[in-house]
Amino acid sequence: MRSLIDILELSTEELDELLNTADDIIENPQKYAHKCEGKKLATLFFEPSTRTRLSFEAAMYELGGHVLGFSEAKSSSASKGESVADTAKVVSCYADIIAMRHPKEGAPLVASLNASIPVINAGDGGHNHPTQTLADLLTIRRKKGRFNNLTVGFCGDLKFGRTVHSLIAALSRYKNVNFVLISPKELVLPQYIKDILTAKGIGFTETADLQEAMPELDILYMTRVQQERFFNEEEYLRLRDTYILTPEKLDNAKSDLIILHPLPRVNEISVAIDKDPRACYFDQVLNGKYMRMALILKLLEVK
Amino acid sequence: MNIDSIKNGIVIDHITAKKGMMIYELLNLDSLDASVALIKNVPSRKTGIKDIIKIDTEFEVNTDILGYVDPDITVNIIKDGKIVEKKSIELPQRLVNVIKCKNPRCITTTEQELEQIFTLSDPEKRVYRCLYCEAEAK
Repeated sequence: MRSLIDILELSTEELDELLNTADDIIENPQKYAHKCEGKKLATLFFEPSTRTRLSFEAAMYELGGHVLGFSEAKSSSASKGESVADTAKVVSCYADIIAMRHPKEGAPLVASLNASIPVINAGDGGHNHPTQTLADLLTIRRKKGRFNNLTVGFCGDLKFGRTVHSLIAALSRYKNVNFVLISPKELVLPQYIKDILTAKGIGFTETADLQEAMPELDILYMTRVQQERFFNEEEYLRLRDTYILTPEKLDNAKSDLIILHPLPRVNEISVAIDKDPRACYFDQVLNGKYMRMALILKLLEVK
Repeated sequence: MNIDSIKNGIVIDHITAKKGMMIYELLNLDSLDASVALIKNVPSRKTGIKDIIKIDTEFEVNTDILGYVDPDITVNIIKDGKIVEKKSIELPQRLVNVIKCKNPRCITTTEQELEQIFTLSDPEKRVYRCLYCEAEAK
């Protein structure tokens, strides 16, 4: 029995297999409409996240399965003081697979060590969010056709941005990938991740200037400065408006650039950009559902 | 300074100077009823100065704790006044309930019955990371 807590638990071959399944689901949705009949997905969301939860639910429904769960800690037994380990054991009696979102880092790992069914990490604090990375990877492959030979810019909150950390880790396994890390100095990528890149000989540059970096980018991954990661409201407000992507800032960008964002956005991408063919963030949402479908099939070992 | 040699017990030698008290605390030696000597800043041919701990009773020492603090430590087991065994110390791959995760966002801060587990992520720099949140041990 497998769980998915960290994207690096999947080998590149397994990733390819998931991406191929997702491509096939997109081409032949009917083939998959009854694959999970009689199976139940438990969505345990100890922290509100409407879009990730709806994506998991839609994925399970499109596979013909059922969904049960809760969408905030208040409506779970955690509010009575139940441990994550106990919740995982109890839910194992009701469902076939768990998708868990939790504000505390490492909670889904604790669940996977105690559950008797597969656990999917649907986001744990500022730590990991592997299914978002699956959505990002499918979007990159469908738009760019490759993971090698890419210059990837990450912009915004690179300190707490778990989607950034996971995608960097996943792309680091491919050849000739360069990263451009664009952030205010308060939100730079953690040193330990930079140490890993250096140790692997992967090129990266750091800058605070988005426009200066723009011409060389094949992919621009924008992020939201997340209010819930700050203990200090003033600092949040100051950093929130550092980078706002407007159509003018794309003047010197490549014509085949793709712009990604894990969503939700606040104001960091101007709505005017949505019409630009380079804007791919709504494709990511759809691709996220397909990758969650592929992942559920793999972890439930449904052929 | 003279400390009587021990008859049955252990000598933790070649502790990097100033780390003796940390080991004393991590091994929870204050709970022992036997004679325990912590000797600081002892002249050493190898390192200039060192700390030594002598425990005058049979004691199952947690070598993971010693390896985490200082893998160059040597441990001598004494029986009837003679060294009967020298234990080699290695950098442990895994630390269980030795140190606590200080990341306020880690699950271990709210679920305190969880074991505190750290794994060795960089042997060269001796970096340990929390199993749950991957924060570096501080």
